[in-house]
Amino acid sequence: MTDAEFVRAYEVAGSDFTNAGRASTSIKETLKDMGIASALVRRVAIAAYEAEMNMVMYARRGTMTLHVTPVVVTIDVRDEGPGIPDISLAMQEGFTTATPEMREMGFGAGMGLPNIRRNTDRLVITSEVDRGTHLVMQVHVS
Amino acid sequence: MVDAQHYHSIRFDASACHGCMACMRVCPTQAIRIRHERAVMLDDRCIDCGECIKVCTKHAVVPLTESMAHLAKFDCTVAIPSPALYTQFDGQVTPGLILQALRNSGFDDAATLSWSCGAVTHAIELFLASYRGPGPLISSFCPSVVRLVQVKYPALVDQLLPILSPREVAAREAKLKKSAETGLPPDRIGAVYVTPCPAKMVSIVDHPGMPASYIDSAIGISDLFPLLAPAIRDVQGSGEKVPENETAAGLAWAFSINLPSSLPAEDTLSVWGLPNVLRILDDMDKGRLQRYVFVECHACFEGCVSGALTVENPYVARARALRLQQSLPKRDLVDAGEMRARHAHGDFRTTVPFTARPPRPLGRDIVAAITKMQERDRMAAALPGIDCGACGAPTCASFAEDVVIGDANDAQCVFVRQHQLEDTIARLSGGAPPARRVAVTAVEEPR
Repeated sequence: MTDAEFVRAYEVAGSDFTNAGRASTSIKETLKDMGIASALVRRVAIAAYEAEMNMVMYARRGTMTLHVTPVVVTIDVRDEGPGIPDISLAMQEGFTTATPEMREMGFGAGMGLPNIRRNTDRLVITSEVDRGTHLVMQVHVS
Repeated sequence: MVDAQHYHSIRFDASACHGCMACMRVCPTQAIRIRHERAVMLDDRCIDCGECIKVCTKHAVVPLTESMAHLAKFDCTVAIPSPALYTQFDGQVTPGLILQALRNSGFDDAATLSWSCGAVTHAIELFLASYRGPGPLISSFCPSVVRLVQVKYPALVDQLLPILSPREVAAREAKLKKSAETGLPPDRIGAVYVTPCPAKMVSIVDHPGMPASYIDSAIGISDLFPLLAPAIRDVQGSGEKVPENETAAGLAWAFSINLPSSLPAEDTLSVWGLPNVLRILDDMDKGRLQRYVFVECHACFEGCVSGALTVENPYVARARALRLQQSLPKRDLVDAGEMRARHAHGDFRTTVPFTARPPRPLGRDIVAAITKMQERDRMAAALPGIDCGACGAPTCASFAEDVVIGDANDAQCVFVRQHQLEDTIARLSGGAPPARRVAVTAVEEPR
């Protein structure tokens, strides 16, 4: 019965700070409605929110696709944007390319990707400069 | 026997309800449906905020507070008014007059929250000074906020402030004092809260942080008002000199920000009104706002003076509270040394950890939930997404969910029914069904 899979996609618009965070709220509430343990939902919510905000701040547009199976919650995040030139550098805590405006909004502490890694069981990042970034984030359900 | 897990301080009266949907539309947790033209409550989602009471013009939402007849259960009764009560009468009416009028109206005594408000503020400061757990802490004095966290934000229950509310502390102290005065055992003394909202009944019947509340009963301000107004006139007319024990700080709890002064203002948030509380908790739920130490949350926009059982316009009540504050003593009734000793003793702490109470999940296990969620999205895609409410659910998304769990039939949607009719007519007449726009592709959660 492990072939059961729920899939839902969200469009995320770059620079749309008014609606920023809605996709991760919906992902979080959907997982709660499905009865997934709140500690797991919290980890997914934190990772999804960081990924969503990265797209809003840096990308032109992107999609977040939620996949839920009885074994694992996966969020596939794909954007059209500047890409990440040096992923290992971006993974370091405190490293940021945030503008002063982003920092004024409380972002850009250089904790986004490290925070995603801390809250996921598996994280795969691929990126192409000037094309975009692709994250696959997974949290095990069982 | 009260089912504490699903105890609610609100009941819908089917004989008075017209099914107008006013309550369904305003419910912040989408806990109301209209079934067979009557409002019904989804008891695992209701947080007792009383918004439905405020908008119902048919008196079909009944608060389950007690009546004066309930006082007969006790050998001795002490009224403990919410400071909101003092704001319901005109400027000439002081808290002292109101307390005396309560004593003349069937209560054996009346006590203020003034000392306990100060004591609880000290207790919060002492608790925060040594707190090292996850932050920010969420104030736990509004029962609707506590239930909201328990129901909708289970990951945050450990951040609810484990300190007793001023009304609980006041009830405990009043019972001890009255017991010493009368020689009666404390359990024969009834502490009766004069309440601005039915939500306080929740923390009386089912206190989330204690085995039992110190308060025994609650009477709504609006129920007491017709009795109290003439009693106040009588006290005024008698020229009797009444003591004034309320303080400016005590009154502040009914309507203004009460953040501990030991905290820098920039480390705290003061949030008013459930839509705003929902947004703040949603942010915290996503790991945000950790730089804040304390979040004060009020379900009602204007605080307790705008509770569902108040009678005065909350803005007028607020202005009166400000005027009253100027005439009341500013003194701090609390002895700091005594507070430290009692706090160290755990005197102001809740004794039971707050627990999560998430609503029933969509399926009995994850496989079933995945199937149901797929069905929900398919159903939602067939709905117009305009949240008209005619089906009896507040949003198309909630209707889709009701359909997949078997609580509603898709033909309750007027659009679905119209489409079904058109398709049937087309089939019978041999024509093609009309072309349709697919309106919704994904269910958006309300914020």
